[in-house]
Amino acid sequence: MVNMTIDLGRGLVLRNPVMTASGTFGYGEEYTDFVDLSQLGGIIVKGTTLHPREGNPYPRMAETASGMLNCVGLQNKGVQYFIDTIYPRIKDFDTNVLLNLSGSTLEDYVKGAEMVDALDKIPAIELNVSCPNVKQGGMAFGVTCAGISQVVSEVRKVYHKHLMVKLSPNVTNIAEIALAAEAAGADSVSLINTLMGMAIDAERRKPKLSVITGGLSGACVKPVALRMVWQVAKAVKIPVVGLGGISNATDAVEFMLAGASAIEIGTANFIDPSVSEKVAFGITDYCERYGFQKVTELIGALEC
Amino acid sequence: MTKQITDFSLSGKQAYGRSVLLRLRSEQPLPDIAPGQFVQVRVDGSPSTYLRRPISIHDVDFQQNEITLLVQQVGEGTRHLAAVNVGDLINIVFPLGNGFTLPEKGENVLLVGGGIGIAPLYYFAKVLNEKGIRLALLLGGKSKSDLIRLTDYQQLGEAFVTTEDGSLGEKGFVTMHSVWQKQSFDKIYVCGPKPMMKAVAKMAVEKDVWCEVSLENLMACGLGACLCCVEDTVDGHVCVCKEGPVFNTRRLKW
Repeated sequence: MVNMTIDLGRGLVLRNPVMTASGTFGYGEEYTDFVDLSQLGGIIVKGTTLHPREGNPYPRMAETASGMLNCVGLQNKGVQYFIDTIYPRIKDFDTNVLLNLSGSTLEDYVKGAEMVDALDKIPAIELNVSCPNVKQGGMAFGVTCAGISQVVSEVRKVYHKHLMVKLSPNVTNIAEIALAAEAAGADSVSLINTLMGMAIDAERRKPKLSVITGGLSGACVKPVALRMVWQVAKAVKIPVVGLGGISNATDAVEFMLAGASAIEIGTANFIDPSVSEKVAFGITDYCERYGFQKVTELIGALEC
Repeated sequence: MTKQITDFSLSGKQAYGRSVLLRLRSEQPLPDIAPGQFVQVRVDGSPSTYLRRPISIHDVDFQQNEITLLVQQVGEGTRHLAAVNVGDLINIVFPLGNGFTLPEKGENVLLVGGGIGIAPLYYFAKVLNEKGIRLALLLGGKSKSDLIRLTDYQQLGEAFVTTEDGSLGEKGFVTMHSVWQKQSFDKIYVCGPKPMMKAVAKMAVEKDVWCEVSLENLMACGLGACLCCVEDTVDGHVCVCKEGPVFNTRRLKW
């Protein structure tokens, strides 16, 4: 029996390293026909903001080679709706339910985090300072050391559970940004959010997305994500959660070898709704195959 | 209705111009499938096709555990899908979305299909026939070659036809057909290109007739998770895959 447990600190203990990425797994309910949630380390629910958001106009998606662009723009019904309506339905899922929290202003982040702090069954926030699809806030906080330092330290003052900070890849030096998040009180960092991109319809000479640019995700971003996880894991002392194009257990193991303590499955959920559970089983198989007693032995085990 | 991921094997295939009819057999009994629901098909062997393709369910044979898809080749994904051979396995997530609202017996029902949008109306018409509900069909295409399986549709109800080039039936769009002047309907169901559905929906509003349309917005997950396929409704942006694809036109901000 391989010990698959991952302790990310400050009370966030995962049964295995596999979580599902925010915005790709709804509130978990959408996937219960395909996945036994109790086989996952956790699920991270859709990006939520203090106030409701309608998101961007349609079209919000464009397929690309081995990936997709989206510009959903954080459509959600707000923190209070989550607390009143969604939380009661999902709080007893037999897995860790994390909330991805975003905002347009510093005050929104702080107020949202305060409200989520009171929810017993939410052991952690994934602080989204890296959404490329909103005009204000979002990624603006996540692309400078000063910005991330400010938002993380202010949220830290009111949020007492595990604070994971989701980083943007749209920066020149992601390790510096991660260090700033760590110094400001983050318990872990997750990376990468989507890469900014765009798609054009040559026949119509128009952009394919309503707001022209969007975030790239899927298998095509994996090499970039892997490189960034490796750079960040070398720089920080807090745990790193890796994501970006993970489609199978081998991909997941690669992220752990690069230094990730846990991983998230994102866009791959759209192609195979049961993939997250398969990845969890596959990591166990890998450990058995190579005689690892504990999955933690994989973390940063890259030989180079 | 429980959704599932199933490997179907291709049991039959027939080409109709740039469209192809795919009969897919499951080794398992099929779940309940409502007319108007759709499937998400994984397209293997096409490097530029990353996401599944949402396709409406054209017909269901519960005895044979078979579903039938009518696929029009519009891009790389559907071209690869059309190239499958009998015996090939095709991975499908289904049944997805909500189907058409069934009419009451005795109501005057009209199903309006445009182009490949006629596809889901076949199964719908068949189910209505089984329930003893009479219906009329109004089918339109650019040309007569777009009116796939017309004789089969004619078995299921009185069929009116329009073509833009006049090669079959009345010349023009479905909204221009003379049947609108001669008959009145209690319920209208529409599937086709968005401009055509909007035109029929507008007529329905003017005539104060109940009307449902089946949308085919670009989708990624098909499960209501990614929020990519939204349509603007009186309730805000809602997912076509989860709350649709069938919508009452009064709910849409058209």
